[in-house]
Amino acid sequence: MAFLDKHKVIETNAMLLMILSLLVVTIGGIVQIVPLFYLENTIEKVDGVRPYTPLELAGRDIYIREGCYGCHSQMIRPMRDEVERYGHYSLAAESMYDRPFQWGSKRTGPDLARVGGRYSDEWHQDHFTNAKSVVPESVMPPYGFLASNVIDGRYIQDVVATHRMTGVPYSDEMVENALADFTAQADPLGDASGLEERYGEAAFGTPVNVRNFDGRPELTEMDALIAYMQVLGTMVDFSTFTPVANR
Amino acid sequence: MCAKPVKKEPRQVETTGHQWDGIEELNNPLPRWWVWVFYATIVWGIGYTVAYPAWPLITAATPGLLGASTRADVAAEIARVDAANAEIKAKLVAADLNAIEADADLATYAERAGSAVFRTNCTTCHGSGAAGFEGKGYPNLLDDDWLWGGTMEDIYLTITNGIRNTTDPEARYSEMPKFGVDELLDETQIGQVTEYVLGLSGQDNDAAMATDGAVIFAENCAACHMANGSGDRTQGAPALNDAIWLYGGTREAITETIYKARFGVMPNWNARLTEDEIRAVTFYVHSRGGGE
Repeated sequence: MAFLDKHKVIETNAMLLMILSLLVVTIGGIVQIVPLFYLENTIEKVDGVRPYTPLELAGRDIYIREGCYGCHSQMIRPMRDEVERYGHYSLAAESMYDRPFQWGSKRTGPDLARVGGRYSDEWHQDHFTNAKSVVPESVMPPYGFLASNVIDGRYIQDVVATHRMTGVPYSDEMVENALADFTAQADPLGDASGLEERYGEAAFGTPVNVRNFDGRPELTEMDALIAYMQVLGTMVDFSTFTPVANR
Repeated sequence: MCAKPVKKEPRQVETTGHQWDGIEELNNPLPRWWVWVFYATIVWGIGYTVAYPAWPLITAATPGLLGASTRADVAAEIARVDAANAEIKAKLVAADLNAIEADADLATYAERAGSAVFRTNCTTCHGSGAAGFEGKGYPNLLDDDWLWGGTMEDIYLTITNGIRNTTDPEARYSEMPKFGVDELLDETQIGQVTEYVLGLSGQDNDAAMATDGAVIFAENCAACHMANGSGDRTQGAPALNDAIWLYGGTREAITETIYKARFGVMPNWNARLTEDEIRAVTFYVHSRGGGE
């Protein structure tokens, strides 16, 4: 095969080898990556998934800052044991507004993809403060200090705007009212109608959790993190949604 | 050093022409078996992309001739297990809750299935042995001191709809007033009623303060906790005249409870568990020792 003999030209010419290798890797990369941006069956359309509210977004940043992803994944795999333990397997659409996603493959602790609504706010507080007090065999470190870190949301508008820049569909109104929505969500006595209008039932089909998550008068990191925990996996209503089977 | 490749004698391979200190590099061909395995992997790879989902097209990727799908696999696996238990599950759903125990097969199934459901979903708050966490608001399910009732029907309702959650309008609900935070009682009054409550459960107290506390208790607390402190299960009001305390029975804990009230939340499980699972775990909790 004469054409294979030409291979020698490449092997003995370092620059040519490098250029051609780069070409091959580029083609391989394009074939793998580009279709994910346009294929309609990689992310199916699901009702109910909404961008995180400013308070949930702040909680998510705390989750990432504390490295929770080091021990907790947020992706229920399509296997019977996982579905029976954690609930319906995760859909791509459920993490489409995650920047970055928190899928993970390390589970020292349980998966958190559907932890929302599973435990009470008070349980989360007890558990964050001292996990062993409610789960004696737990090896999770204490995060009680979150309850004394008061947050004022001074950068929350920038955070929301940044997420919009990366493609999360926050409206102008959502960005403008970021700080108001941030405080409204943890204040059950205040006026949360704006927050509800932008993120709630009318817009996305599920009401927003508006509570004093940590029971303290101040707005703390504990509030934000519990707000984030309580929304995880609750956006899609699986009693009305049946995923396409052949994927 | 690089010289011209040299052809050696028959049965000898040519050299690459590289020489270092007189050592020549032979240009041996790859072993034939290795080359054929390499070609075979290429053919296999092409076949694989035809058989399994692979090639991206305009709107979707090719589904593959074998119809492989992890979603279909998990659905089939779940259906297989469901089918194996379908008969007994149907029987459990149809059965009267109080009649489960009489049917040995059904009781065995409910006990084991209920145990699995409990360990997966309930142990985080109620403890792996169902003993709860005393003083932290997670009730013990082993004793016969029930907040909302310990019959099969009561337990079934509590598990189905939960307590004081915001996700199920049918959830059991009651709310203790925040006597201190909302300034319904002043600090002296809270101190007095605390002494009275300590007396209800036979603990040492300040008798003089308790006498004043009795009046305050009758006016503010007896509607839910009853005049003798026996509690009211229709309102989830704990008994105060026994040694079992949900949030602690010390002077400090009782004062705190009166001052800022308690609002224990239990999620509704009707959205997460199926009817047969709820019934199984009801039976399991009921049979832990405190069932009525």
